Amino acid sequence: MAALAVLIGIALACLAGPGFTGHDPERAYPDLRQLPAGLAAQPDAAHLGPALERLAFRMRARLDAVARDGDTLRLTLGSEAGVDRRSLVYLPRSALFGAPEILEDRDGGRGLVVAVPLRRLYFPLGTDIQGRDLLTRCLVAGRISLAIGLATSLVALLIGVAYGATAGFLGGAADAVMMRFVDVLYALPFVFFVILLLVFFRSSLVLMLVAIAAVEWLDMARVVRAQTLSLRERDFVRAARALGVGTPGIIARHIVPNTLGPVAVTATLLVPQVILLESFLSFLGLGVQEPQTSWGVLVADGARAIEAAPHMLAAPALFLIATLVALNLFGDGLADALDPRAD
Amino acid sequence: MIRFILRRLAQAVPTLLAVVTVSFFLMRLAPGGPFDMERPLAPAAMENLRRVYGLDRPLIAQFGSYLAALARGDLGPSFSFRDQSVLDLIARGLPVSATLGALALVLASSLGVGLGVAAALRRGGALDRLLGIGAALTLSLPSFVVAPLLQIAFGLSLRWLPLSGWDGGAPSHLVLPVITLALPQVGALARLTRASLGEVLRTQPVRTMRSLGLPPLRVTRHALRGALLPVVAYLGPLAASLLTGSVVVETIFGLPGIGRYFVEGALNRDYTLVMGTVLLVAALVIALNLAADLACAWLDPRLRVAA
Repeated sequence: MAALAVLIGIALACLAGPGFTGHDPERAYPDLRQLPAGLAAQPDAAHLGPALERLAFRMRARLDAVARDGDTLRLTLGSEAGVDRRSLVYLPRSALFGAPEILEDRDGGRGLVVAVPLRRLYFPLGTDIQGRDLLTRCLVAGRISLAIGLATSLVALLIGVAYGATAGFLGGAADAVMMRFVDVLYALPFVFFVILLLVFFRSSLVLMLVAIAAVEWLDMARVVRAQTLSLRERDFVRAARALGVGTPGIIARHIVPNTLGPVAVTATLLVPQVILLESFLSFLGLGVQEPQTSWGVLVADGARAIEAAPHMLAAPALFLIATLVALNLFGDGLADALDPRAD
Repeated sequence: MIRFILRRLAQAVPTLLAVVTVSFFLMRLAPGGPFDMERPLAPAAMENLRRVYGLDRPLIAQFGSYLAALARGDLGPSFSFRDQSVLDLIARGLPVSATLGALALVLASSLGVGLGVAAALRRGGALDRLLGIGAALTLSLPSFVVAPLLQIAFGLSLRWLPLSGWDGGAPSHLVLPVITLALPQVGALARLTRASLGEVLRTQPVRTMRSLGLPPLRVTRHALRGALLPVVAYLGPLAASLLTGSVVVETIFGLPGIGRYFVEGALNRDYTLVMGTVLLVAALVIALNLAADLACAWLDPRLRVAA
């Protein structure tokens, strides 16, 4: 049940977490690109100097002196043409500093001493190639990945259960034809069709959901059919029929509820498959598109930057793998718990 | 037996026909064409190109002539690789994908079945418990995470193996892709073998053999024959997917296999190349499923009667 706790933890973190990390997932800090993971406050000494140089350049001013006093910086700016006070807005705009306060005006505006509060930013998992907080992005990406995993599995579950229960309950020729159709679909190189669909018609979340659900309902249909075949000869089904319940009623009220055990196991193991397929497609650039992001997208970004910034691969990959492992273990545990023969 | 094979082959025809039809019309419905370049062609040149490749004719006529050519074993010319037929490209890509796939299959099945047997024989032992977690872990390791990690570890840091490329199939270039392909399947196969052998070992015949004092190794050998059925059934589709190449592995390691031709073909709207690769994969899936069923029938005489 540790697996379930991990799952709930990840899901809650993805839902609520982005509000607590202190960063907007889209907010880029151009001065803090590809920061490694760490708990130190940013900007640290190594990043502060270059960031200030860049800002001074943009303000068309010289950086004559920098003094640090706790969380406040004393900057002495100079310019032959006079420091333009309006250009001070660049300081807060960089998101690294607070509002500047002018302390001293030298040589009629050619020198300016300002006090700027230094902000303390935290990037526990580092930043990505554009300087966005990776933790926030991993959590926001998790929302999409988990939502697709759950929604697609639900669609596949509904199709599979309805199809399998109908085929199994009707039996005979209808069953043979319906399951033969499933066999034919099994033989299709479906992943190839999904790729084709997404390449040809601009990829969208809905299209991806439909495409993945169209692949993944087959297992469910087989499981439910096998269960139904044994259920339909049972006495309570005969009793229902004797009481005049119609075929749809029997399937909905008596067959489907009794298949729920194996269905729950199959569905739990379906979710990681769907998430894996989604991140695989997103990795190829065919799935989730910017500005939305998913774990697959982040892993793809990380794989591209793996030499310079290995944390960019590690962070989303750990989220993805932890989720998949937890789902697989939970599914196994569920199967063992529901299997009366388990030792 | 012959009748069983013939019937299965006859059933394959409508499946393949469905594959051809769906992929043909899916591609033609999609926006964009094979001759869309960054700089648009002159209308007259475009007109000529379309006429040469027969794209100016009605869709149904094109479909008909594609099927006619297909019946003769001709997959048509490639649109994006100039002066090359799809058959040439497949003949070049398939050996690459098949080599990788076959090696990965051998590695995954030997390791997976071996671990599964060892775990089943010592139920509750250290290996058995480790396998419970390990199988879930390898199943959850996406190839696109494993591949860059292997590249970093063995290619960049240790410099033992080349990062990517094919180089005529030199063994050192095969190691990392094969491991990446095989790894997720090791866990799956080990779990399957463990569950199946565990069940067989609890059956009456096995207990009888044991009580008659047969040496444990002989008992295991007898039990394994029955226990391998679900494993072999699983190996069929697995072999097909491994032999035809994993799109991701070929992309990351820069290998000129079928999977890469497929993705490039789809991106370039190379209609014939995409159709050819999809058809090849579908045919292989069917053939290997049939092979797996035949192997099952060989393992279990009861299935022969049913078939």
